Amino acid sequence: MSFLSHLINGISLGSIYAIIALGYTMVYGIAKMLNFAHGDVIMVGAYVCFFALNSFGLPPAVGIPLAMLVCTALGMLIERLAYKPLRAAPSLSVLITAIGVSYFLQNGAQLIWSTNPRVFPSVFENAAVNLFNGQLTISINTIVTIAACVVIMVGLTLFTGKTKMGKAMRACSEDKDAAILMGINVNRTISVTFAIGSALAAIAGVLLCSAYPLLKPTTGSMPGIKAFTAAVFGGIGSIPGAFLGGILLGIIEIFAKAYISTELSDAIVFLVLILVLLIKPTGLLGKKTVVKV
Amino acid sequence: MEQLKKKFHLGKTNREKIFTFGIVLLFFAVIEILRGTGNLSNLLKGQLVPICAYVVMALSLNLTVGILGELSLGHAGFVSVGAFTGIVTATLLKPVVPQTWLVLLISIVAGGLTAGIIGFLIGIPVLRLRGDYLAIVTLAFGEIVKSLITNLYIGVDAKGLHFSFINDNLNLLEGGKKIIAGPMGASGFPKISTFLAGILLILFVLYFLYRLLGSKMGRAIKAMRDNSIAAEAVGIHLTRFKLTAFTMSAFIAGMAGTLFALNFASLSATKFNVDMSILLLVFVVLGGLGNLRGSIIAAGVLTVLPEMLRSLRDYRMLAYSIVLIAIMLLTNNQRLMQWWTQTKKDAKKWFAKIRKAKDGGEA
Repeated sequence: MSFLSHLINGISLGSIYAIIALGYTMVYGIAKMLNFAHGDVIMVGAYVCFFALNSFGLPPAVGIPLAMLVCTALGMLIERLAYKPLRAAPSLSVLITAIGVSYFLQNGAQLIWSTNPRVFPSVFENAAVNLFNGQLTISINTIVTIAACVVIMVGLTLFTGKTKMGKAMRACSEDKDAAILMGINVNRTISVTFAIGSALAAIAGVLLCSAYPLLKPTTGSMPGIKAFTAAVFGGIGSIPGAFLGGILLGIIEIFAKAYISTELSDAIVFLVLILVLLIKPTGLLGKKTVVKV
Repeated sequence: MEQLKKKFHLGKTNREKIFTFGIVLLFFAVIEILRGTGNLSNLLKGQLVPICAYVVMALSLNLTVGILGELSLGHAGFVSVGAFTGIVTATLLKPVVPQTWLVLLISIVAGGLTAGIIGFLIGIPVLRLRGDYLAIVTLAFGEIVKSLITNLYIGVDAKGLHFSFINDNLNLLEGGKKIIAGPMGASGFPKISTFLAGILLILFVLYFLYRLLGSKMGRAIKAMRDNSIAAEAVGIHLTRFKLTAFTMSAFIAGMAGTLFALNFASLSATKFNVDMSILLLVFVVLGGLGNLRGSIIAAGVLTVLPEMLRSLRDYRMLAYSIVLIAIMLLTNNQRLMQWWTQTKKDAKKWFAKIRKAKDGGEA
């Protein structure tokens, strides 16, 4: 039974990684940049939700959409001010700018909200579902996290497959110049991508802090790096890849903690990543690109 | 006179090199004069060795990112390996070798060699990956090194070195000494790094890199960076040169790590995290990819900058991040860059005109 319980915990943690990884992968697919500030957008989303719930006494049904709204605006603002002027710049300059934005968000949060960790209130009911005569307990939190991830995954697949904007996104990630020729507004498409990614980051922030209720200005950086790893693991730029990579990473991490060693769990996660990339150099579901001369 | 001028006439590259060496020596001279006259603040005094160490780290990362053209986000891992090897070596040698400088020299070489060997072993499988995939794997490598050293215990007693992993099972004899104590980090090692040693290391690494760049191998590495397919077509063995450059970069990073470590009283492996790797990358990119002088200046200025911004108190890291973003936006602003090149051209024309007028007057 403990195996099943670890598996469910792993899928739950993996769902959070997957939601964050979706933001990384979508932005990478279109703008071809590693948005290092993504992890810190998660932290901002969590703080907004925290204050909405704690200081203003709003219900979670208002607090979570509010956090999504703030993060969406933040994501679009960052894109407009910091990344858009660098569209033609070398990729390393964009990377450094993203790192700068990440520092900015972290230190800004430190100034506004101080470094004292805050205890995140439980957003969902503290109830749990008992199965097999109480041998297996699954908290509501876990169920909501997994359900949210599945809903987001299905929603995004439909969005990129069926809607006009979704098709425009795929066109932009395939060939930006051809997309312009087809009359697609590339700038707006990139902006929308950032908006969706940031809204997902807000959800991930709330889910993350519900599971691990300690909120600090640096809360987002390690999950951000792990989710980034998950996105690469699954093949960066691929939406199903981010989903798969996130879930697998979560399961590996929980299993490593449970069966091998708590201290070495991070090392094991990263070791598996290296091994996978050595066997499949573009990730699990990544496309192989052929270099033409 | 003309003959003499011709004899001492230096090519553009040579002048550049001498200028770069000059900057390092000038920095050394200014600091020594300040120290001699007692005008050196304690704050800066404590920063001297770290500045040198960061400069060397930046130079080493520039070899990977700027000259070889492969993005690395885990350079702190090599620095960490070098640092802890250096700590163990220095602790072991201190009672045996009376000359401090010799202890430091051997420790630095040992740190460099270990990091170099690790770099070589990691490089064999990893350098097959490209671009962002390589970046993420190096990031993973840095995290693994951090995690492993955080769980490593090394002690020494009359029987020799003792190692243990995860749990402290060293069982040292009486009079034994713990060198690395897992999550507590290392402490009680000799604090022997000096500013002079730092400057000498910078000069050595600079000389080494300039020699490398001018050599056949250096040209091959640069050709590979600019166009790997074309380079392969003219017979450059890609893997071999890539691996060599990567190993050398790790070697230099390891030496810098030892210099860095032996400046502190205690050190834990968590210091060498992603943030440090990213900081080094910032030095290299701001200084200019492949530009050694740029790396030196950027590493020096950006190590001191947060201290200089101390008057801004809580706002200093915020100011630092804004400076970072602003530099990137400004240097990539085409209109601004056009204006700058135009101004430079105009200034050159203006100087030429003045010189001509002067020459004309003399004649």
